Amino acid sequence: MISAPDVVAFTREEELEDELCSEPPLPEEYSVPLFPFASHGANPWAKVASSKFTRDFILISEFSEQVGPQPLLTIPDDAKVSGTFDLNYFSLRIMSVDYQASFVGHPPGSAYPKLNFVEDSKVVLGDSKEGAFAYVHHLTLYDLEARGFVRPFCMAYISADEHKIMQQFQELSAEFSKASECLKTGNRKAFANELEKKLKDLDYTRTVLHNETEIQKKANDKGYYTTQAIEKANELASVEKSIIEHQDLLKQIRSYPYRKLKESDFHPYEPECALDQVNAGCDQDLTTSDLPEPGETHLYTHMPSYTPKLIKAKSAKCFDKKLKTLEELCDIYFFTQTLDQLHQIERTFRGDVCYLLTDQISRALLKQQSVTNFLFEDVSFLDEKPHEKQYRGCQGLSQDAIDRKCLEESPAPKVVISLGSYKSSVECVPIKMEQEVEDSQEPKMTESMTFEHQENLDYLDADIKGSISSGESIEVLGTEKSAPGLTKSESQASLPVSPSPQVGRSKVGSRRTVSEDSIEVLSTCPSESLIPEDFKASYPSAINEEPYVDDEEGGLRFTPKLNTDHADEQEDISKQENLVQVDSACCIGKESPNFLEPLPDLGQKPCDEDGVVRIPPQPYRQAEQRLRGSFGGFPSHDGISGGLLPYELDPHYLTSSREVSKSSLDECSDSTSYISSAASTCSDRTPSPAHLACQASERHKKKAGQNALRFIRQYPFAHPAIYSLLSGRTLIVLGEEEAIVKKLVTALSIFVPNCSIYAKPVKHWVTSPLHIVDFQKWKLIGLQRMVSPAGVNVLHTLSRYSRYISILDADSKTLRCPLYKGTLVSRLADHRTQIKRGSTYYMHVQSILTQLCSKAFLFTFCHHLHLPISERESEESVVNRRMNFLKLQLGLANEDIKIVQYLAELLKLQYIQEPGQGVNPLLRFDYVPSFLYKI
Amino acid sequence: KSSVQTIGEEQIQNPYTELLVLKGHQDIVRFLVQIDDCRFASAGDDGIVLLWNAETGEKLFELHGHTHKITAIAPFSSPDASEEKNHLILTASADRTVIIWDCTSGRQVQKVSCFHSTVKCLTVLQRLDVWLSGGSDLCVWNRKLDLLCKTSHLTDAGISALVELPKNCVAAAVGKELIIFRLIATIDGSEGWNVLEVKRLVDHQDNILSLVSVNDLTFVTGSHVGELIVWNALDWTKQVTECNFWDSSVHPDVQPEIKLSQSPNETSVQHLTSDEECVFAAVGKGIYVYNLQMKRVIACQRTAHDSSVLHIEKLPNRQLISCSEDGSVRIWELREKQQLPAEPVATGFFNMWGFGRANKQGNQAAKKMQENTPMYFLELVGDLIGHSSAVQMFLYFGELGLATCSADHLIILWKDGERESRLRSLTLFQKLAQNGDLQLRF
Repeated sequence: MISAPDVVAFTREEELEDELCSEPPLPEEYSVPLFPFASHGANPWAKVASSKFTRDFILISEFSEQVGPQPLLTIPDDAKVSGTFDLNYFSLRIMSVDYQASFVGHPPGSAYPKLNFVEDSKVVLGDSKEGAFAYVHHLTLYDLEARGFVRPFCMAYISADEHKIMQQFQELSAEFSKASECLKTGNRKAFANELEKKLKDLDYTRTVLHNETEIQKKANDKGYYTTQAIEKANELASVEKSIIEHQDLLKQIRSYPYRKLKESDFHPYEPECALDQVNAGCDQDLTTSDLPEPGETHLYTHMPSYTPKLIKAKSAKCFDKKLKTLEELCDIYFFTQTLDQLHQIERTFRGDVCYLLTDQISRALLKQQSVTNFLFEDVSFLDEKPHEKQYRGCQGLSQDAIDRKCLEESPAPKVVISLGSYKSSVECVPIKMEQEVEDSQEPKMTESMTFEHQENLDYLDADIKGSISSGESIEVLGTEKSAPGLTKSESQASLPVSPSPQVGRSKVGSRRTVSEDSIEVLSTCPSESLIPEDFKASYPSAINEEPYVDDEEGGLRFTPKLNTDHADEQEDISKQENLVQVDSACCIGKESPNFLEPLPDLGQKPCDEDGVVRIPPQPYRQAEQRLRGSFGGFPSHDGISGGLLPYELDPHYLTSSREVSKSSLDECSDSTSYISSAASTCSDRTPSPAHLACQASERHKKKAGQNALRFIRQYPFAHPAIYSLLSGRTLIVLGEEEAIVKKLVTALSIFVPNCSIYAKPVKHWVTSPLHIVDFQKWKLIGLQRMVSPAGVNVLHTLSRYSRYISILDADSKTLRCPLYKGTLVSRLADHRTQIKRGSTYYMHVQSILTQLCSKAFLFTFCHHLHLPISERESEESVVNRRMNFLKLQLGLANEDIKIVQYLAELLKLQYIQEPGQGVNPLLRFDYVPSFLYKI
Repeated sequence: KSSVQTIGEEQIQNPYTELLVLKGHQDIVRFLVQIDDCRFASAGDDGIVLLWNAETGEKLFELHGHTHKITAIAPFSSPDASEEKNHLILTASADRTVIIWDCTSGRQVQKVSCFHSTVKCLTVLQRLDVWLSGGSDLCVWNRKLDLLCKTSHLTDAGISALVELPKNCVAAAVGKELIIFRLIATIDGSEGWNVLEVKRLVDHQDNILSLVSVNDLTFVTGSHVGELIVWNALDWTKQVTECNFWDSSVHPDVQPEIKLSQSPNETSVQHLTSDEECVFAAVGKGIYVYNLQMKRVIACQRTAHDSSVLHIEKLPNRQLISCSEDGSVRIWELREKQQLPAEPVATGFFNMWGFGRANKQGNQAAKKMQENTPMYFLELVGDLIGHSSAVQMFLYFGELGLATCSADHLIILWKDGERESRLRSLTLFQKLAQNGDLQLRF
């Protein structure tokens, strides 16, 4: 069991329980040693400071002008989640760091009160006493009745895992900004409504007062004004002033820069809603026509009937009146939208940080493989932001040019600052920590000890952290004033290329370990201004002495020169890393010098002596965007091609990739990897659907992997069956029982290359006779066997079209398909594999298929393999060259060649496809004999 | 029971390793006609005419205009090559109309609906720039769709086939008769033509099903009972009559066959095609190669298909393609036999089986055998299986591939996979170059 990868299987998957239950108990000598720190807490996964909540949650708090900081709601809205955690206390903490000066009132030199459109502020803070770390997003909402018209709120993402908050900062910030923007939009709408009502009230009051004054005037013949009359006149004057003030406010709130919304990819308005408003606006046109911006009014005039009230002259600033709730402050549509978004955020960031990061990395890498990723991956979720993509696509070339310009002209400093902006020095802790761990722990490490090791990490963590021991409980670890991490991306993009002197520096120190203040603001960042002087001036408390290169990039960075070279390889690596994450089985360190070389340059010492990579996965954002920027140029596929020639030129690539593929499986079973330990900072045990859209597919993958594993073990002829699928020959699973057939189809579906990005060519269950069109469309079909005349017909068509299909008979357990003598599939589907879990196997398959994709990519995009070098060259010599390449360079044997050729054909079709029209479905086939396999 | 030659799954010489299914028709597709190098039109019982790109399989136009099934289709291109060629097609339908379509714009140019009966065949006489429609009578039209002249009512059955002969003559198959018409220019020198019946040939015993012109000197007809008559195209005299060439006993070299009866369907000459020296006949389920020089059948495959052969065509490379009601398309190669006299199989051996061979005298056959033994044979080099119903017709596009149409409403484009793959690579690198991605970027 020591060698079995599944030991590390901490609680990520539900099926684990039954998996483990079904296995016999381990002999004593093989069992995992007990958790050495068990005395500290029975649960080895518990945090050092044992947080009082069970899982991450989102807290919305308000700094009420009446009662001070108070929690409003949590997401998920479940008392169990926050547990014994003191929300009131924590609200106080998080609200107290809102240092933002959101001045509203009468600024000097201005006659009327001014509204400030303040940016949100973003702070990371830790409360080590509570064991809680939070990303805190401060925002202000407008309320006519509030002091200075504003009410400060904050949304906090609270987690027990500090790394999660730090490493997901950008993502959290981006997501929360969206939610906040939504909330604020709703609030502005509500505020404008409120103002309008108020204006009507005032108007009405004025009319009433006016009338009264007139009456008084008439009634009064004495020639002088009574005190009453003067009072009334004053009142009238103050009402009039108030009207002007409110009109001004209304104008201000309406003049909120809407382009801001348009720029972001968040569109809070629904068209129908807008339409509605237009109609409503028409009704109201008469009443609102005197207002300054008729164009804008539609948005705010959704108030069909309102009967104005008389306003008392002395509108007392009363503290006993009830303040509006959050719900009342915001338009209901936007409020529910915001809540939905927050729920979405909660789901997105649920689970362990390692899992999130791995997922982000693999997604980023997949995105880069824009040419090949459709083959085996579900890429639909990569198009989350189609308009953005399109936009980038249009500007691809010019952006590219700009990027290069940046590269040449703008030297390191600026870039460094922009990155250093939110990266606080605290973040060097993990790295330092790991170095220590390396020294102290490594020698006696076995893979089975990864849990304890993690705990050790935490202890070490505690030791290193000054502020924790100093008893000060709040640290502001980093802040960023507003969202636009995105806007910076272009400049960040050029970062790894710039020969920054800081790159090689060791990142230790610069951290305030002893602090007198209870609040440490370690780093803040004004988002709009990237100029360091401003930055320092406005936030003097910020520590900015050492602007570091963003170590987010450290994990999987490659040097610029090689970057395209490694794109695919990286994918492989990350795939393997994925694998490792779960079963800690792959030894990455051995596989390729290309990969490891660049890393030491970054001064991070990622490897230990035996070459095991030990960098926890890092967010990938910058690198991804850099690549995106540097390719560009296609509307539909924004990334290949630049890498073409480097591939051809790099002699190491092929050999290394071959090695990778050779080693991957062997290593899987018995090598240990340290990486998995990074995953065990598990703050909660909830599964992490890192991406909501993937949640279903995640489960599907698991299931498919499990079924596939079973299939491989049960059927000795799994190899030719899988070969059929990989080479594009339709496989028919024939059987009487739907469940059995569907299970087999699910199992095999992971081997089916997609023909286009739209749908997987898998049909789970068919009962009617098949047609040639079906083989063109589907590559894996579950077919019902019937004992009726119709069934005979079905079988007849099968024999008629036998040349296009392989038939797997689930009932008699036979397979009729062409012979397979290659080596690739045996690596893919080894029936003696040590892999035991579905998702692990799925990842194994994924990694090998990705290697295959890269081979197919290489093959497809090598010009001379398909077209003659000179005009006189005969077709024959091109064919020879092609075959030589496949055999010698790619190391393919026999039928493996056909697999790569088929994939290459799919790649070509996908690439040359015009954006408007779909891929012409065509059926390719070979005239090869089939054989019957039996168990 | 069936002794149809099969080839198995390994077909090295079969170039068609890629197919494209073209959907669009809602009923049997009966006709395919080539428009130019890369376009073709299809038509059938649903009355729709579809234009396709043979290269990409893209549907170019859907031509709606007929209300009934289409009975004849003919390409009608303008003769003047100087200007950009104006491609037209003529279609005749059971709704008694003929429509002329513009293939470039996909629009109907003109419609003629003054017919008394369904037009069953259309022939274009390029040389005279007129076209003929054959139904119960024969009409001559010019390009502007003016009726130039017409014959009197011939029969109710109408003309089933038309073929152009030298000297402004056409041969029309009307039932069992073959009628020769001549077009005579009107005296006044205007564009007018008169049509004149010249001769009626009544040599066939049964309905004439196929009519093909071999060269300027000869044309061939085939009838329902399996008669094949070679005619002189100038004086319309009969040169050769072959009646029993399909008779199995005459060609004992082919595999023994067990037949219970010889239905007329199995002997009807469904389709004829020819090259300079040979006539290829689809007779029942078989294919026969008749050499005009030697005046005998030089090769045959008596049961080439499981069911009637509907269409055959000779390819330039000594290959022959046939399609059949059984839904398959087969590719044959005409090969020379290495050692001459074939296996001297005793015919008596066949007779031992005792059934079949109705009324055939074994002795006679044995005598004839020596001289009639074909020097060639048809070798099956590949078959294309894709349609689920009778393959009505096919169109050979050379390098571009082969289009087949069938009663299962589909058209399948068969392509050479190697070539397509190469072309795709070419396109791919062109696109790469277009996008400017081939430059090094460092």
